[in-house]
Amino acid sequence: MSVLSDRMIISNMQSVRRSSQPVFDRVFRWASYGSALLVLIVLAGIIGSMIYGGMPAFREFGFGFVTSSAWDVGRDQYGAWVAIVGTLTSALIALVIGVPLSIGIAIFLTQLCPPWLKRPVATTIELLAAVPSIIYGMWGLFVFAPLFAKFVQIPVSSIVEGLPFFGTILYARVPSGVGVLTAGIILAIMIIPFIASITRDILDQIPTMLRESAYGIGCTTWEVVRHVLLPQAGVSIIGAIMLGLGRALGETMAVTFVIGNANRLSLSLFDPGSTIASRIANEFNEAAGLQLNALLALGCILFLVTFTVLVLARLLIAQVKAR
Amino acid sequence: MGTLPQHLPVVNPPAWARVRRSRRMADRALKVTCTLFTLLGVAVLGWILVMLLIEGGRGLSLAVFTQTTPGPGSEGGGIANALVGSLILTVLGIVVATPIGVLAGTYLAEYGKGSKLAELIRFVNDILLAAPSILIGLFVYTLMVQPMGSYSGWAGGVALAIIAVPVIVRTTEDMLSLVPGSLREAGVALGAPMSTVIMSISWRAARAGMVTGVLLATARIAGETAPLLFTALNNNFWFKPNLMGGVSNLPVMIYQFALAPYQNWRELAWAGALIITLSILALSIAARLVLKKDKVR
Amino acid sequence: MSPIAVTASSAIGHSAPADLNAPVRIGVRNLNFYYGDFLSLKDISIDFFDRQVTALIGPSGCGKSTLLRTFNRIYSLYPEQRAEGEILLDGQNVLSSAVDVNELRARVGMVFQKPTPFPMSIYDNIAFGIRLYEKLPKGELDDRIEEALRKAALWDEVKDKLRQSGMGLSGGQQQRLCIARTIAQRPEVILLDEPTSALDPISTGKIEDLIEQLRTEFTIVIVTHNMQQAARISQFTAFMYLGELVEFGPTNKMFMTPTKKQTQDYITGRFG
Repeated sequence: MSVLSDRMIISNMQSVRRSSQPVFDRVFRWASYGSALLVLIVLAGIIGSMIYGGMPAFREFGFGFVTSSAWDVGRDQYGAWVAIVGTLTSALIALVIGVPLSIGIAIFLTQLCPPWLKRPVATTIELLAAVPSIIYGMWGLFVFAPLFAKFVQIPVSSIVEGLPFFGTILYARVPSGVGVLTAGIILAIMIIPFIASITRDILDQIPTMLRESAYGIGCTTWEVVRHVLLPQAGVSIIGAIMLGLGRALGETMAVTFVIGNANRLSLSLFDPGSTIASRIANEFNEAAGLQLNALLALGCILFLVTFTVLVLARLLIAQVKAR
Repeated sequence: MGTLPQHLPVVNPPAWARVRRSRRMADRALKVTCTLFTLLGVAVLGWILVMLLIEGGRGLSLAVFTQTTPGPGSEGGGIANALVGSLILTVLGIVVATPIGVLAGTYLAEYGKGSKLAELIRFVNDILLAAPSILIGLFVYTLMVQPMGSYSGWAGGVALAIIAVPVIVRTTEDMLSLVPGSLREAGVALGAPMSTVIMSISWRAARAGMVTGVLLATARIAGETAPLLFTALNNNFWFKPNLMGGVSNLPVMIYQFALAPYQNWRELAWAGALIITLSILALSIAARLVLKKDKVR
Repeated sequence: MSPIAVTASSAIGHSAPADLNAPVRIGVRNLNFYYGDFLSLKDISIDFFDRQVTALIGPSGCGKSTLLRTFNRIYSLYPEQRAEGEILLDGQNVLSSAVDVNELRARVGMVFQKPTPFPMSIYDNIAFGIRLYEKLPKGELDDRIEEALRKAALWDEVKDKLRQSGMGLSGGQQQRLCIARTIAQRPEVILLDEPTSALDPISTGKIEDLIEQLRTEFTIVIVTHNMQQAARISQFTAFMYLGELVEFGPTNKMFMTPTKKQTQDYITGRFG
């Protein structure tokens, strides 16, 4: 360069300006770092406390704890099988009912709803998630269960009585309205807002061009949904469903109200049962000794199951974002 | 322009016209079903609210707000202690959770961008966001109630805080990542240290969203029952000022009273249910309005 | 495309001629810059003269913004970016780790492509930068803010609404607010990164007039993709291409008699 110069300004002037708070800057950084780490610590703490508290029960009963259906406080014999079956059954029923409803709502909101109605309807569905779980329990027990007993359990029981299979799983010995199926239905309503809102987000993320080009070759809304939107959303919707499943597995209060809290295994969906969460809620405060450890061991199992489901859910949902 | 043909050619309807009907039927079925499902969802919310208004409205009276919860078999009574207890526990939970949640969310959005650790924390936070709340109750039981030898409002507050933190972390991070990077660069270019840029610029730009997050977290924990069962428990009297021992609170009170054999207990449970649900729905709606108002501006 | 060159050369002379005896404010020596492994500035050496406007021109991706962003080390916000070499500000190497970057940035102000008003009042926008380094009594602070707004030719438009949000101003006003915010800190150097690319022609004209005013007090480096603008407002021009400094000299000489073929092609619009 021709003009590189030797007339450079040289100042040894120590600057009068000084950043006022370098210490605070560092403290702030560390505080936010620490707070973020706390999130990890809490998760580790939950895992740790469950394993630590449940260990005596696992040691006493071994793997039999999972497969045994005994739960006898008097003889100090505990097994998780009944609660595990109740948890899985009620959650699966919730999915069977809740998933079509949720996807239907998501389709309505993204494809069919007139724009002015979108916000109020979406908000209403989201508010279903804000209603406390105990309120669903009261609604289920005092309003839904009597109606369910009268209009579903009694007529269905009389129809299927004596039939093979259906006579077993849909027969109510005591048509009280509570039971595993009722719990599943209430859970279905509770997971709708979660699955519906994530599905809606996923559908909204699909490029409009794709939709329009499908309409452009003469597809009906049904065909666009069936052949373009749902395949495109694919695994992400499964992620949303898994997230709903995670919720259903761990839901406590509503289930405790309507599942009937029975400790024996029944093949009928109309019969009372119990879930891991409902059993913990029912017995923990009066429990002592091995029973307490058994309940914490139940908590440990619940944690493992929901953790697995939620991790899968997150990984599947992340798929759509990666694309 | 030439003359128009006198007779337009007659075109026979195409062969696929018959297929069309089934296509149209499927389309109609989809639209009707989806609309019905949505109506059903909306109806359930309406049904629950109507039920609460009828059952809870019946039990509402001045005494509900002034008297303490009645003992077994005694007449009348109110839920004043449960209302105050719930308020204290919720405030305690949110006061503990807000700084932690905001700072953690700030780390994820401002400092940890792109780092593996931040990715892990974000993932774990999402898991916690959906983790069964009863397990958090069990965790705090072993963390605080067992070592301290007593149920306490403090344990209840911590349990609620653990539920609120992931909500606040998530919304804080989401809102901060909407703040344009150029705004941060402009702050840095003035010689502001990072902490000043974050607090005076990023937080300020994202404040509506962050307030929404805190409100949503409050709504979430205000109705939580399961984590309080083994931490704050409940109590039919005014609790001790130091919050040791059982602290009365609405959710657990409702749980116990709704299933009780006494008429006045059940009425109080319904009144409590009405109050708590309306407050939570109001909070949730307020949270949305804060955000909406900010977007309009 | 040659009419551009014609208008460009006819525009020369609107601003003051280059002062060839001005002392050097910023001296860049053998600067290399990396985005990760990618070398995006190659062995740059160049001087920027005191109280002169220097324009950095070149096609997009040539490294002109990257070069600008090394002077206040704002690139260090992004861990994958790094610079090697020397940038001497008043004889002191600003790339040295001993330099307090926050203090450096207070001495070297920067205005961005898009206006970046902070989400606070007009008054607080300007007070923000001052308060970082100076504790002033209220009256003095008010004076400083008025002075900055006057210098940025914005005072008359906002003097009655200092307490209103800075986001409510028009794009051109916002950009002048950002300039006011920068000069309120009394920096030595002002870096302008395509400051008018998001503005309409009238606002652009105002900003250009303003730059002409500010030159009497500050050393100014401006990145622009608009050659006419470079010709109108600068005393020196540097032409960059593919991360290298192709040619540097007084603006009128650069536009009238460029020595390099690439420079000539660019300013006559044959590429870029």
